[in-house]
Amino acid sequence: MDVMQIIFFIFAVITLVAAFLVVTAKSLVHSALWLVLALFGVAVLYVSLDAGFFAAAQVLIYIGAIAILFIFAVMLTRKDIRDTGTQQNRTWPLAAVLAVVLFVGLFFILSSWSSFTMERPDLVSGADALSNLGQALVSVNAYLLPFELASVLLVAAMIGAIYVSLTKK
Amino acid sequence: MEFLRDPITFIGNWLEGLLLGWNIAPGVASALVQLLGAFVVGTFSLALVIFTIWMERKIYARIQDRLGPNRVGPWGIFQTFPDMIKIFTKEYITPDGADKVVYNLAPILTVSAVILLWAVIPFAPKVVGTDVNVGVLYIVAIGAIGTLGIIMAGWSSNNKYALFGAFRTVSQMVSYEVPMVLALLVPVLLGHTMGINSLVQAQSVWFVVLSPLAALLFFLSSQAEIGRAPFDLLEAESELVAGYQTEYSGLKFGMFYVGEFLHAFTISALTASIFLGGWRGPWAEQLPILGVAYFFVKTFVVYFLVIVLRITMPRLRIDQMLNFNWKFLTPIALVLLIVTALVEKILQLLGQDSVLLRISVHLGMNLLIIWGTVEILRRMARKERQRVGEPRPVAIAPQTPASD
Repeated sequence: MDVMQIIFFIFAVITLVAAFLVVTAKSLVHSALWLVLALFGVAVLYVSLDAGFFAAAQVLIYIGAIAILFIFAVMLTRKDIRDTGTQQNRTWPLAAVLAVVLFVGLFFILSSWSSFTMERPDLVSGADALSNLGQALVSVNAYLLPFELASVLLVAAMIGAIYVSLTKK
Repeated sequence: MEFLRDPITFIGNWLEGLLLGWNIAPGVASALVQLLGAFVVGTFSLALVIFTIWMERKIYARIQDRLGPNRVGPWGIFQTFPDMIKIFTKEYITPDGADKVVYNLAPILTVSAVILLWAVIPFAPKVVGTDVNVGVLYIVAIGAIGTLGIIMAGWSSNNKYALFGAFRTVSQMVSYEVPMVLALLVPVLLGHTMGINSLVQAQSVWFVVLSPLAALLFFLSSQAEIGRAPFDLLEAESELVAGYQTEYSGLKFGMFYVGEFLHAFTISALTASIFLGGWRGPWAEQLPILGVAYFFVKTFVVYFLVIVLRITMPRLRIDQMLNFNWKFLTPIALVLLIVTALVEKILQLLGQDSVLLRISVHLGMNLLIIWGTVEILRRMARKERQRVGEPRPVAIAPQTPASD
């Protein structure tokens, strides 16, 4: 077992435990903080795959947005920060069964995928992964259409938000 | 002689040789040296605050026609040490109902978010923590962690003023991140890279010459990002007591205080690296120690500007601050980014790579945008003056009821 594997196991465990605590933590704000840890663990996994851009984007977009989530969690929940409500409602067994079924299904689908057990291929030395990614996003043969669709979707969301918040004069 | 030329690399190589001499595996040895380097950079940046706090207080005092610290040491230069001893001996008070873990984690997170920035700042051609190829993105991402530390402090204190202060901070930092990122994209376009050290290497002409507007936008929005005057709405005494740090005492408050000073200095270092050519200067490539000197001279010049701005500007109201961001900085940054991208691409397509042409076109475009902005502002001001100057219905004093 080399160093990278040890790092992978440590951060995989941290990510999973934190993700579990996100849904079990009593206070909504604590959930948000555990979510930070889970997302950070994913960022570390990106770094271990030499995907520095994804790691930085993960921290910037997801962890950066947690601060906003935090505000909403505080503003939209009960006034007392020592929240003492019940955490489950009647349908929790059904939800648990659904979650397990979903997990098993995903696992089976992924395990039939040819590169499921593949080792990480070494990056071509000297290739600039970042500029390759940039080229791929605007190249017609690669991901131009998904990239532009995502942009249009985001612009639509932004216009919608502006329209909703605009006060008519 | 080698030691004088480039002491930091020399010590690093010497240490690694020493560790290898002790039969330590090469991988472990280089990891140990890197760990030590990270420790030295972190400690150095924190120790620098001892000096910058004194410097800031002294300049502050001089501009306000006071003497400033002048008792401990020559010109009061050791004033920070008694202050430190005082803050170390103070009592920690944790308010009732505070969320203990989050409460104690917040100052650590805030300070470490600032120290993490020093990992990508290049001191000399080869003396840089790590030249990640997404350095600019890394800086912005680390800023997000700083925001998180502040909202954690505000929420966990169980104090409404602290919470309101944290809300304000988040709205300020998140909004000013937009023009800051847009302004940072201009050097990325000009240098064709995102790594900070590669950006410094790309500045055969300083980017402040190519794009003075981008430098100005970055400087202004980073002032809001570090939350000092004129943008110091996070700690408004009359409205919010001390903002998010109301409940903190002793060294925990000291962490926030040090974090703020260090952040101001770090932002100056970043401005110097990204726009003022960092370690670049005559003979910096041959004599790396000169590069370190150039870097610090430039950083202190920018830091002096930061201090002067802080002292001489009145603070903004919260609505003015947000208007300034969304209606002034962001539109200009967007226009500048589009224009710079177009100019850069057109020059590339025409195959023109003469430095002089590049400077004149970019600089001309920047000046054009500045002129246009000033013209729009002048027109708006004229309209506003007319509106104010028009005769308004005069209030008539109500007739006093005739008393009988």
